[in-house]
Amino acid sequence: MTTPSITTTPNEQAMQDTHPSLSAPSRDTMHDMPLITERSHRGRRAYSLPPCDVPESALSALIPTTHLRSTPAALPELYEVDVIRHYTALSRRNFGVDNGFYPLGSCTMKYNPKINETVARFPGFARIHPEQPLSSVQGILALLHTLQNDLVAITGMDAITLQPAAGAHGEYTGLMLIRAYHESRNETRTKVLVPDSSHGTNPASAAIAGYDIVTIPSDARGFVDLEALKRVVDHDTAALMLTNPNTLGLFEEQIMEIARIVHDAGGLLYYDGANSNAILGIARPGDMGFDVVHLNLHKTMSTPHGGGGPGAGPVGVKKALIPFLPTPIITRTETGTYTLAYDRPLSMGRVKAYVGNVGILVRAYAYIRTLGPDGLRKVSELAVLNANYLRARLSPYFDVPFAGICKHEFVLSAKSLKTIHGVRTLDIAKRLLDFGYHPPTIYFPTNVEECLMIEPTETESKQTLDAFADALIQIVHEAHTDPQRVLHAPYTTVVRRLDEAGAARKPVLHCSCEA
Amino acid sequence: MSPHRYLPVTAQDEVAMLQTIGVRAIDELFADVPAAVRYAGRLPVSEALSEPDLLKHMHALARQNADLDTYPSFLGAGIYDHHIPVVIDHLVSRGEFYTAYTPYQPEISQGELQAIFEFQSYMCALTGMAVANASMYDGATAFAEAGVLAVQATSRKRLLVIQTVHPHARAVLATSARGLHIDVVTLPVVAGTPSLEALREALHTPTAAVMVQSPNFYGGLEDIAAIARIAHDAGALCVVSANPLLLGILEAPGKLGADIVVGDAQPFGIAPSFGGPTCGYFAVQETHMRRLPGRLVGQTVDRDGKRGFVLTLQTREQHIRREKATSNICSNQALLALCASIYLSVMGKQGIQDVASQCVQKAHYAKTQLLTIPGVTCPYPAPTAHEFVIALPEPTTHDRPTHESLVSWVNHRLLDAGILGGYDLSQTDDTLPRHMLVAVTERRTRQEIDQFVTTLRGILA
Repeated sequence: MTTPSITTTPNEQAMQDTHPSLSAPSRDTMHDMPLITERSHRGRRAYSLPPCDVPESALSALIPTTHLRSTPAALPELYEVDVIRHYTALSRRNFGVDNGFYPLGSCTMKYNPKINETVARFPGFARIHPEQPLSSVQGILALLHTLQNDLVAITGMDAITLQPAAGAHGEYTGLMLIRAYHESRNETRTKVLVPDSSHGTNPASAAIAGYDIVTIPSDARGFVDLEALKRVVDHDTAALMLTNPNTLGLFEEQIMEIARIVHDAGGLLYYDGANSNAILGIARPGDMGFDVVHLNLHKTMSTPHGGGGPGAGPVGVKKALIPFLPTPIITRTETGTYTLAYDRPLSMGRVKAYVGNVGILVRAYAYIRTLGPDGLRKVSELAVLNANYLRARLSPYFDVPFAGICKHEFVLSAKSLKTIHGVRTLDIAKRLLDFGYHPPTIYFPTNVEECLMIEPTETESKQTLDAFADALIQIVHEAHTDPQRVLHAPYTTVVRRLDEAGAARKPVLHCSCEA
Repeated sequence: MSPHRYLPVTAQDEVAMLQTIGVRAIDELFADVPAAVRYAGRLPVSEALSEPDLLKHMHALARQNADLDTYPSFLGAGIYDHHIPVVIDHLVSRGEFYTAYTPYQPEISQGELQAIFEFQSYMCALTGMAVANASMYDGATAFAEAGVLAVQATSRKRLLVIQTVHPHARAVLATSARGLHIDVVTLPVVAGTPSLEALREALHTPTAAVMVQSPNFYGGLEDIAAIARIAHDAGALCVVSANPLLLGILEAPGKLGADIVVGDAQPFGIAPSFGGPTCGYFAVQETHMRRLPGRLVGQTVDRDGKRGFVLTLQTREQHIRREKATSNICSNQALLALCASIYLSVMGKQGIQDVASQCVQKAHYAKTQLLTIPGVTCPYPAPTAHEFVIALPEPTTHDRPTHESLVSWVNHRLLDAGILGGYDLSQTDDTLPRHMLVAVTERRTRQEIDQFVTTLRGILA
């Protein structure tokens, strides 16, 4: 292992020199940022409309005045350069994967390939209406049909719906499918089981699908506690929701036993695909006993996270659940044309308008076609290699709650640093900002104290991982020698730590400035 | 496998990394995956394509679709063909925006946070509401979540939905209602308009909300003020689904008594993309602020007193509250909210009125012209904005297959002439077998409208 160079009092300029990934502009050069409405000047315009070349009437002659607006909406008046400069300035105050390393655990912040952006913007994909005659959209239907088949192959399931718009939306869809399945067998099961390490969306999705939630504790090794599971599984269990590898980055070695326990009680097994980046071409949820699966295409299949969305959360099911899939599904007819099938009497219904977040699905399709079968497997091998490497480099400096190899992500704890120096995980995360990195996920999963959850992904080089490890080790050293330095970080960002409590106490949720 | 352009770890790196980890081969890192669940095969997906070959392949697929740049379209029904100012794509293509995730670290996410704050501000300005969130998946899911909020806020388990609401929104609400055991009752309409008397009567049973869309699915403007009054008299909330572009000229639902306003911001610079991704919006009066689903950005100050923005009121959300959250939404449609924001910045106070107004002028011209075709009628009396229903006469010649609806048959003839005709209402309503929903945006020229009318006249002759 390389020994990190440690400077006890790093000055910010020196740090910028040694950490070229530092991208945040320095505080001194960054002017205060106006709101868009504060840029407004009466009489300016940034829009260009075609001429109104039809005979015009007074609006009030076409629409009764009771329906018409009494005062114009308070929007600003800008010209085109204002708009460009405003959003360019905003973009410079934001950090994405294109800016630097973004090891946000559970989010799979891998590189978002540019070709995906290019092809998704082709008019033949971006500028088509969902209600066009099917004969005029055969290309997109063929693409979506192939994507369905590819995702069937990758997950080991029997059929896929592309309709859900995000991971949580996929979970909800999957749970409503499970509900429809049980109801078709005249069974009313009321409980959904989730491990204590599960994503917050799991219990939230189960709740809005109308289920009671039972939490299963993890054992000392970080796995589902089988004895605890056996105690709560019964005829009332609709499903167990599981992420595998789990949110600690550990593969549930007892997965077949877990599946047997749940299935023996008549329950189904739900796979939260958030961590699929660890197992492409290596293991398939369909072969592990899962009945329903969702994938996050914005994680595993490289589509961009967009500052919070859009995503896509396709759901795969085993044969017994196919009749309940949402309408419509994309099918290929005997003549080789593609169609949207609506006549599905047992369907659980709709979860979204139209067929899904198609623009995202096009990107995911392009990604799968770029990698191919060997490339997809390589993705997971390298994601796991990178995680284990980073884990090996960092383990001597943190508490390591779970031993052994990890999959695509791992968790560390800063519990000792908190006890000895009062430096919390939050402080470490804030100090990382000064080094030009997006911090890992912090305080999740909730069953690990002072948790850091690190997911490097396969698109990062050894050099990037080394530089990140060096930075984190330096911060640990600072915590020991100069804890104040860490406690007051960050120093180089456009704003410093923000008053979040104040924001919640007296919410200011929009600007009231009249243009 | 030879090196791939997205994957930087070289064979040499791999050796060094494995040594640091203390294993000999990558395969040992998968030793915890039991043999019984190991996938022994090679994934049956197509072989990898080079960048130039992928471009060719994607072009070939895209060419099989009739796009709105080539075909003048009269389709709406929830997705509209408006002009998208070119600056939008340049700005949202900045990697700092689109390759970021949710702004959980506010110090390095001020750009996205401020953009969301401005989106919230714009949606409040248009709808006349106090609080708007950071976005929902689409208008249909926002509508369903509005129903759920109303049930939570009133502790009543019944929703009254007017039949003229978009069928997809009603379908998504029906799905939500099934899980949460909410009773959804549809209020039927006569000649496209709900009877206020029937509404009053339907509210004799305790109801969480009356849910209405205006302009409704058929393009007609609803009397929101009257509906809200009747709802409130019965202790119910009033949920309004509104096309936000038309709010450039139509009265803000917040001023008419709406408690919750939802809809889809697709008309604001978002490509149709075969129906998604679009951008749902969700706005409420202040009393419902803490029940709002999804993310919310608030203004605050940093430790030096400088203005900044953070995600706020997060105790509503799944990552904090788990099963007690107001919604399960996590990923939303942030990048599309950014498109909508930039659109509104471009259009501004005057432009939003001009574009809405031009749509209305062109739609009324189209309606007048279509009514000159013998046998074509407008069955609904309600005033319309940029979308309306026409009933077509049965043509005298009959080469139409019996299983095909009249409008579908007409639309295929129009497509042959290079035109995308209106929405076939027989798809969603058996009582409208020969009815077409026609949408006209500012992008349609008089010549295109005239061509549509002339071609349709010929088909129906």
